Formats: sequence, structure tokens, C-alpha cells
Amino acid sequence: MKDTSQINPLENEAIYIMREVAAQFEKPVLLFSGGKDSITLVRLAQKAFYPAKIPFPLMHIDTGHNFPETIAFRDRLVAELDLELIVRNVQDSINEGKVKEESGKYASRNVLQTTTLLDAIEEFKFDACIGGARRDEEKARAKERIFSVRDDFGQWDERNQRPELFDMLNGEIEMGQNVRVFPISNWTELDVWSYIEKEKIEIPSIYFAHTRATFLRDGLIWSADDDVVYREDDEQVEERMVRFRTVGDMSCTAAVLSEASDISTVVQEIRTSTISERGARIDDKRSEAAMEKRKQQGYF
Amino acid sequence: MEVLKIATAGSVDDGKSTLIGRLLYDTKSLTSDKLEAIEKKSQQLGYDYLDFSLATDGLVAEREQGITIDVAHIYFSTMTKSYIIADTPGHVEYTRNMVTGASTSQAAIVLIDARKGVIEQTNRHFFINNLLRIKNVIVAINKMDLVNFDEGIYNEIKADFEKLMSKREYQDQKITFIPVSALKGDNVVHSSENTPWYDGQTLLEHLESLDTQDIYNTGTPRFPVQYVIRPKTADFHDFRGYAGKVYGGELSVGDSVVILPSQQASKIKNIHFYDQEVQTASRRSSVVISLEDDVNISRGDMIVKANDLPKIEKQFTATISWMDTQNLTAGTKYVVQHGVNKVLAKVDIIHHKINPDYSGIQEGVDALGMNDIATVSFKLNKPIFYDPFKEHRTNGSFILIDTKSNSTVGAGFIQ
Repeated sequence: MKDTSQINPLENEAIYIMREVAAQFEKPVLLFSGGKDSITLVRLAQKAFYPAKIPFPLMHIDTGHNFPETIAFRDRLVAELDLELIVRNVQDSINEGKVKEESGKYASRNVLQTTTLLDAIEEFKFDACIGGARRDEEKARAKERIFSVRDDFGQWDERNQRPELFDMLNGEIEMGQNVRVFPISNWTELDVWSYIEKEKIEIPSIYFAHTRATFLRDGLIWSADDDVVYREDDEQVEERMVRFRTVGDMSCTAAVLSEASDISTVVQEIRTSTISERGARIDDKRSEAAMEKRKQQGYF
Repeated sequence: MEVLKIATAGSVDDGKSTLIGRLLYDTKSLTSDKLEAIEKKSQQLGYDYLDFSLATDGLVAEREQGITIDVAHIYFSTMTKSYIIADTPGHVEYTRNMVTGASTSQAAIVLIDARKGVIEQTNRHFFINNLLRIKNVIVAINKMDLVNFDEGIYNEIKADFEKLMSKREYQDQKITFIPVSALKGDNVVHSSENTPWYDGQTLLEHLESLDTQDIYNTGTPRFPVQYVIRPKTADFHDFRGYAGKVYGGELSVGDSVVILPSQQASKIKNIHFYDQEVQTASRRSSVVISLEDDVNISRGDMIVKANDLPKIEKQFTATISWMDTQNLTAGTKYVVQHGVNKVLAKVDIIHHKINPDYSGIQEGVDALGMNDIATVSFKLNKPIFYDPFKEHRTNGSFILIDTKSNSTVGAGFIQ
């Protein structure tokens, strides 16, 4: 490489944002879910500070309902890159009586994570939390800022957001407030996948086609893991060739039928897909304004 | 792939959201689940057509009121470009959002309702796009289907708009007129049979044809230091690199440079992008630079070419766009964030307000309210290193931060 004119403008922007976080905040943290977006963030953070180490830890809010492949992948990545990892468990919040486990057909721990996350932010006094949310994911996220200020209660006031001009990021906050930072705000799903392909970034195996015991509900394909995903007796288990497009909880992430078994076929599939990424996330389908409501309450 | 950011502006009911929805639909960027949601909602509302504006109006409050209240970002791509649309509302009171959307864009779409022609709002939208020095402005004359695709009406509106163009300050701005119907799809992505008198490009054809090398404003290279990288590991024990983004032009290994504010001279020793060494840091790339000499540099300092210094001043006059509900008054202190550099500033003189509809100025004002645009002089507690905004879009702009609320309360363009 002779000059840097061919570097993707989105990558330049994300690296710039990572450096602003490190410079403007005292205790930043990178929220890591084990999904492709947060794995991409780790690579971007590496690039931003190389040859120095990433100057902040990773934190995983573990619902206990993750795909086992994701957890194994997380631990390997952290060991290979010599990163600091903090894990906080939703199960602990349940045990302490802070949140109540949902029950029934659509039970999920997805909403419960918010309490565990906010408690962890307070415990470690984090002033900036870097996340992999993208504006193209969902309508309410399309209005999210790159530096998004949350109040003492972790809440998002969408009517009163700071304007963001040029690439100047205002990270001034009061004690108790914190900022959610979204370095890949302007990336689309295809941008992320293309980047993973170009950079040869390793991702968990569940993103690629595999055979899995599954059942059908509401036209979506669910993992038949009876410990985590509630299943009615008439919802029959069948082996299917599937992959996952997002990696959330097993209880709220549906699979898609797919033969795409490597990164290039996955990119090809995304390019021609007619279903949006979050179309397979039941957490967004609860109501039309589901994401907006969760965000106001402090959800990522 | 190149990324083109587009700001959109239009008045209430000009059909801006519909135009964006149409762009998404005709470029097959709407996924089937989103399309289903739009079909369902359109049916619920009793429409006999698809209301594409539902694709972009995000927040609950907006859907209830049927208006857009904030900057929303919409994404689509073609084989050659990725597009990011900053969709900003058209009401008078949301000038601040228009300025915000325009600040990151290289192109803008100004919508005009063919039945109404050039109205006060149009002046305002054009004024802001010109103030922000957006290189390409597309004037989309919409709802042509409601005026029977009448060439005479199109030409009248065009002539009215051209009168505005003579008043603009940034004369090099490229302006293109296109007759469209967002609702019916004429000349948005596909050329229309209803406008045989129009032989220009469709909106998308025009966007596709913009040369991405030419959409950015250029200037002299400026390198504000964001972060100092010192690994202090065994392998990189003495490594000291300056991380930042190159603005305006490019910097190469061997260039003689000066560091501001110390004014010490040095030479660029290496340029790194991650684990690679490169000869040249191109414009807008995030790199790490190391220097020949051991110089004391920290965040907020600026590396520039030795023969090409910016202005180094403790005062300046700027055009301000005020964005806060609390007024700006003379004597008040704010933080000026100029790139990554922050200094304390005092409002020295409010010279005059500028009417953003080309109707002149108002002198003798002692306070600025939300959405006002004005010429204001500031005094700083230490110097900043700037270029006039018209010569350098990045190094000539700043934001104002309220010292108590920490909010971003205004934006400025240095004269």
C-alpha cells in the first residue's frame, strides 16, 4: 500500500471515533456480545491504537441464554488478543431479585439485560460504552447519535439529543451521566459483512450454514434447545440446514434456511436477501415501537 | 466503495419522505418485511397507494403527528456507491437540524412543490446549503403529476430559483434541476414518459454520475493530533506516534512540518495505517504519524506543512447558527470545540443577524435565539489554528458547548 486513498471512508470514520473515545473519556468500555458487529469493533479498536494495546476493557452482559459457540469464541478471542474481559450475568440480577424472569411462549432475557448493564456501568463507573449498533438496523436507531448521552438512569431522551456537526464529537458530561458510542453507526449489514470478508476476521460458527435441531413458530425457525427456548408439544423438532444472521439470545434469535457455509457465500446471500436482518428478531416484533421503548429505558 | 452523504430539505408536505421512500423502493433497497409493514400501515390508513414516507418516519411521536422531527439517517447502495441520506425536517423552527444534516453532506436535495413554487422555505433551504458550502445541490421539483407535467410551470419555478442563485455567496456550487413525481416515481430512478420535454438525468442517474473525487471541498493539509500512541512494550519501546485524521490535502514521508502551537519544525519520518507503513496519508484517512525529532506533542496540537501555516489567533469573527433554547448574549462564555481542540471563548460582539431567506440583515440585536444565524466575534483564552471556512470546510468550522449543560448549542463558520 503506497497511500491511504483506498481505505474505506467508513473504516476511517470508525477509527477516528475510537480514538475520540480514548481521548475524551476516563473509563471507556467496549460492550461485547460475541456478535459480528462487536467483533468488528474489536478489529477497529486494534487498528485505532496499533502498535499499542486497546486502551479499554471489553464487557459482556451474559444472559445465560447465549449460543455456546458464541461464548467459546469470545474466550478464544480475548486470549489471543490479550484483552481484558469483564462478564456480568443476568442470572445474578435475577437471583438478587432485581429483575423477574419472563415466562410463557415468548419468554426472553433480552429486556432483562438492561438492568444488569446499568448496574455494571455504575459498579465500574464507566463513562463511555462503545457498542456495535448501526443506524440501518431499525427505525428508532436511525436517529441515534454517534455520541449518545444517557442520564443517571441510563435513559435516552430522543427529543433532546445533541446536534452532531461535521465530525466533531462532544463528549462533555456530568458526573453520573455516560455516553453510548456507536463507531459503526453509518455501516450497513452488507458493509460489516464485506469488511469481515476483506479483513479475514474470524466469527462464530453459527453465522455459517450448519444442521441444527429446530422447530417452526410464527413462520420463523427456532433452535430446539428446551433448556432455554420454550416449546409447545405440537411444535415439532426437525433437523434443518440453517445459519444465524444476528447473534442475540437463543430465545429471541431465529435462524434462516441457508446453504452459505463460508464468508463469500454469506456476503453473496446478504447482497441478494429480501428480508432485513432484524426481521428474524422477535424482540423487535413485540410492538411497532418496541426498540424505541427499550432504548428510552436504557437498552443498548 | 465511495460513500456519498446527501442532505434533504423540503417544507412540510413537499413529499420529502415519499421521495426517499421511492428511491429505496426503486433501487430495491426495501426488504420484504419492511415493505410488508408499509403495505399494512398504508392499508390501515385507508390509502389506495403505498405511503413510502412510512419507511423513514421513525419515532412514535412522528408517526402520530405525521411529521419528521429530527435528523434520521437512511442507507442504500448501488453497484457503484453507498448512499447515506440525512433526512432533516422542513419546519422553520428546525433550522438547526438542517444545518446539522448539511454539515456532513457533499450533496443536497432541495424539494419544491410544483403547485406552490419557490416559497420562503425554499430560500431558507438553499441559503443553508450554500452557507454550509455543499458542493452539489439538486433542486427536485416534485408533484409534477399534480400539475399535468406542465413544462411551463417547471420553467417558471426554475427561473424563480435562478433569481435566488444570483444572491448566493458560494457561487461555485453546482445546481441541477429535475422534474419529479416521488409518489408516482417519475424521474426518480426511472426516466418518465410524462416529461418528454426533459432530457436530463433522473435523480439517481445524477447522483451516480457525481465524481466522488470531486465532491469534497479541498484545502491545504491539516493534521490535528487526536491521541498520542506510546505502546511502551518490548517490541515498540521507543515508538511515539501521533494519531489523527488528515484534512484538506495529503501528507507524505519526508515532508517538512511545523507543530502548532509550539512552532517547532520537524520532518515526517513514518506514516502508519495499522500494521502497514505508507508513503502518503491521503485526505480523510485516519493514520499515525511519527516525526524525525523528539518533539513534545499532545492532543489538540496541529501538524501542518512548513510553508503553509493556518491563522494562529486568539480572536475571530464567524457566522453562527444558534441551536439552543437559551439565548446567546454578548459577554457569555462558551467552550469552542474546533476539531479536537477545546478552548474557552467569550462572545465579544454580536454584529448582526442574517435573515436566512436572503431578505437582508438585522442590526442592533443583543441576543440570539434558537435557529438564528448571525455574525459574531469571539475572544479566546488561548489561540486556535484555523483557516477561513470558505478555504477549508473542516479547519474553518467549530461547535459551541454550553459550560453548564455541556450541550452543543451552536455551530460556527469562521470568516
